[in-house]
Amino acid sequence: MGALFLRDVRLGLRAGGGALVGILFFLAVIAVVPFGVGPDLKLLSRIGAAMLWIGALLATLLGLDRLFQADRDDGSLDLLIMASDRHMLPLTILIKCLAHWTVSVLPLVIASPLLGLFMNMEAAAIGATALTLLVGTPAITLIGAVGAAVAVSLPRGGLLVSVIILPLTIPVLIFGVSASYGAVEDPAPFLAPFLILAAITLFFAVLGPIAAAAALRSSAD
Amino acid sequence: MSDAVSKTGRWIDLANPTRFLSLAGGILPWLGGLTVLVLAIGFWMSMNAPDDYQQGSTVKIMFIHVPFAWLSMMCYTIMSVAALGTLVWRHPLADVSAKAAAPIGAVFTALALITGSLWGKPMWGTWWVWDARLISVFVLFLMYLGIIALTRAMDDPAKSAKATAILTLVGFINIPIIKFSVDWWNTLHQPASVLRMGGSTLDPSYLKPLLVMAIGFTLLFFTLHMMAMRNEIWRRRVTAMRRVAARSADRGTVS
Repeated sequence: MGALFLRDVRLGLRAGGGALVGILFFLAVIAVVPFGVGPDLKLLSRIGAAMLWIGALLATLLGLDRLFQADRDDGSLDLLIMASDRHMLPLTILIKCLAHWTVSVLPLVIASPLLGLFMNMEAAAIGATALTLLVGTPAITLIGAVGAAVAVSLPRGGLLVSVIILPLTIPVLIFGVSASYGAVEDPAPFLAPFLILAAITLFFAVLGPIAAAAALRSSAD
Repeated sequence: MSDAVSKTGRWIDLANPTRFLSLAGGILPWLGGLTVLVLAIGFWMSMNAPDDYQQGSTVKIMFIHVPFAWLSMMCYTIMSVAALGTLVWRHPLADVSAKAAAPIGAVFTALALITGSLWGKPMWGTWWVWDARLISVFVLFLMYLGIIALTRAMDDPAKSAKATAILTLVGFINIPIIKFSVDWWNTLHQPASVLRMGGSTLDPSYLKPLLVMAIGFTLLFFTLHMMAMRNEIWRRRVTAMRRVAARSADRGTVS
């Protein structure tokens, strides 16, 4: 499992800079926002957390279709499925998701405080947004694994994966944004939505790989 | 297949598509007639319902809006049961049922949204509010469209059946999460004029037409669903026959 994790991380870092493109996309989305809504610093600081979350969501969706497709192209996906009597397939998928998250989403989370400065956010808001992104984005990747597995046999599944996954990620977005606002605005609670966000992530850490494994098995035969 | 036979006693009668077709052919005229009858009674009752002292005659939008909303939820539940049937019992008609139900459910959801916004314009003064109830129904609509897109994206019905079933089940687990987010969303943001309607707070003069309309639209759903399933079975048979014909034609020219 450790070897698989390292292999996926190395592939993600090396293969055509797929990980870097995600960060660039995230930067571009955030940079476009002030042009769209105007350079009003007050407004930007109010919508900043939401914009960071939406940018991270889109950037995460961007690379999801490659999660299994590259492995399917070179045949290693079949080997992983065949090895499922030694290593549980959901566990393998969970490791793959973690590797994918480490390579292509963790940099976004690390970059988000800097972008928060661009959006004229307070220090507490920046910290809360980075924390909620750290806790919440694994859920997006894990939900996305289901979509990627379902659409793996399609020749051009990329857009379809995003369309399928986007409605399912809305709860993550709701609780992520409300937790980041809860840290700044006084009457709104921070801990409760944050804990629900963590619960969603843990829940999909179980459900996502199981469903993805079922989909991959049915696509293989 | 054999263990499915031993387990599912009653349903196995329907597992044979031919038997389902004959059953559907027998039931459909009656079901259709009953649907028309109940809907006509419901329409007459709702036309005779008194106007609300505040809302005037627009309250009658409720008689179609609420059944549409209920059915949009019920249709997804039926699709989830069918998805379970595909994955667990491998019932041969389950994926036909799921595939046939998805467009109907999408239409019902869209109608619920449209009638809701038509009702919202005179009552709330706006077509659309980002209220938790509206969002969750809109998300349901998007999920229907995603499922339809996935079903249509694959050529092989056997393959798309499993993929769609998995997606449907994952989506169903999301529904309670969306429903729970209702309370959160409303406490954190300023509560919009939420439509609150318990059955008990409703006057009998409104409740009775509403229930009749709900039963009528449920019957309509089952009629349409059965017709769509029949169409789907026929479509698959035509495809299979075409394949056989193409194969034999090919053999005839080559050899």
